[in-house]
Amino acid sequence: MMEILANFFGAFLPVWMVTLLLILIKVVAIVLPLILLVAYATYAERKIIGFMQVRVGPNRVGFKGLLQPFADMFKLIFKEIVVPAKSNRFLFLIAPLLAMGPAFAAWAVIPFSDGMVLADVNAGLLFLLALTSLGIYGVIIAGWASNSKYAQLSAMRLGAQMVSYEIAMGFALVGVLMASGSLNLGDIVRAQSGSVFSWFVWPLFGLFVVYFISGVAETNRAPFDVAEGESEIVAGFHVEYSGMAFSIFFLAEYANMWLIAALTSLLFLGGWLSPFQGLTFLTDTPVIGLFFGDGIHWLLLKASFFMLLFFWFRATFPRYRYDQIMRLGWKILIPVTLVWIFAEGLAIALGWKPWL
Amino acid sequence: MIFEQIIFYLFSAVLIAAAVGMVTVRNPVYAALCLILSFFTSAALWLLLEAEFLGLVLVLVYVGAVMVLFLFVIMMLDLNTDPLKEGFAKYAPVGFGVAAVIAVEMIMVLQSAPFQIAAPTVPAPENNTEALGMILYTDYVYPFEIAAVILVVAIMAAIVLTLRRRPDSRKQDISQQVQVKRADRVRLVKMKSETKEQA
Repeated sequence: MMEILANFFGAFLPVWMVTLLLILIKVVAIVLPLILLVAYATYAERKIIGFMQVRVGPNRVGFKGLLQPFADMFKLIFKEIVVPAKSNRFLFLIAPLLAMGPAFAAWAVIPFSDGMVLADVNAGLLFLLALTSLGIYGVIIAGWASNSKYAQLSAMRLGAQMVSYEIAMGFALVGVLMASGSLNLGDIVRAQSGSVFSWFVWPLFGLFVVYFISGVAETNRAPFDVAEGESEIVAGFHVEYSGMAFSIFFLAEYANMWLIAALTSLLFLGGWLSPFQGLTFLTDTPVIGLFFGDGIHWLLLKASFFMLLFFWFRATFPRYRYDQIMRLGWKILIPVTLVWIFAEGLAIALGWKPWL
Repeated sequence: MIFEQIIFYLFSAVLIAAAVGMVTVRNPVYAALCLILSFFTSAALWLLLEAEFLGLVLVLVYVGAVMVLFLFVIMMLDLNTDPLKEGFAKYAPVGFGVAAVIAVEMIMVLQSAPFQIAAPTVPAPENNTEALGMILYTDYVYPFEIAAVILVVAIMAAIVLTLRRRPDSRKQDISQQVQVKRADRVRLVKMKSETKEQA
């Protein structure tokens, strides 16, 4: 497919322009479905939480409310963007973009299926850590530039929270790269092939739990959403934002949720690998083999499961208090990862690697 | 090759502009943001040199953590920028003098023998994260570990110096909360039901 395109463009364009064009096409092929996924995640969230709270959820626009995300989008596009007086206009307007950029750029190294990746870099995991740590600037700058006490407080809270949970998250990733021996996400998934029991979630169960909890905290979702504590600080760092500027923050938050969900599936649940791997009577049958074999649909299913967890948490858990968040991050999650990494290192040194 | 050169000059221009902006801009928040931009672009330049580990760690550590704390402090302070503008002309010659000395020193250092290395004949390893790890944890394991210990000691010293115990502050002890039995909180009292006459 890509080669056909390369030959087509190569006929009348110089080589570097063809490379650039192909990369741009791949970027669009990733970003467009991602935006659709984000749009329908909002719909799914409202429907699922509605179901859990015995409500109907959105059901007016389109069949069963399926067009609701588009209705919301058009509403937000046509709303006025109010820039508060005495705010820092330039930073105020650039902050949403700073939040969205890293959330989308991180998808460059995510392998959707074997070989289906935009940039197959060998330091993919480091790249992800570096980019996710950049997302915080959008929030901090938004909080400061709004010239509002509530936004500022929320930005401070979120900044401290993200810096703290990044440490636990990084340590959880260290465990994964010790087990796989690679920083490349494709290689990490390939190291988990075999059967369901060679997925990293079994030997690294503690790190898996820590990673997902820190992921929830990093994306600023309930029960860690003190940055938006409605009862204390109105709506958090984006109180002063309206219309498209607000919806870009929204987009970034949901893109980050999908990113965490996809990463948890890639690092611990074998990504695109089928859970029926090794059961040849299922995977080698002609028609149903397509479903039971490896492929992008497994990544989607696994990621969707983690998205469901995000919504489930939001519907069931009360919000943490700020000191409880800090306690959980520093006094529980980080020690758990440290002990786990030490035990894992010991196991590797003793040569238990294949079973690890 | 041409494409890489275009990118290189683009990033270098941004880097120099950001560095100049960092020194000249009046608003301290803008200055910090300029510094972040210059860190980020130099990380990109390192990536162009195929030093991906250094580049990514620069973003991770400096941009992702250190500068966040810097921004925190700057944003919390209510800085009055007027006094900062005073006396620029008075201090400018000193500043330029220091800058010139540093520039001369750096040129001399870079011209010195240790930096005059011929280009390596052996091709660089494919994965320099792995290569760096190998060197750090085998050849230079003691310096590396000693540096780590010194850093930990520094962190602990900083924490101990700023630790202040406040006996009057109320804290939540979660293990205590979890261990609470019903008997600690509720007392069941047996009493006869009251009749109308008694009331």
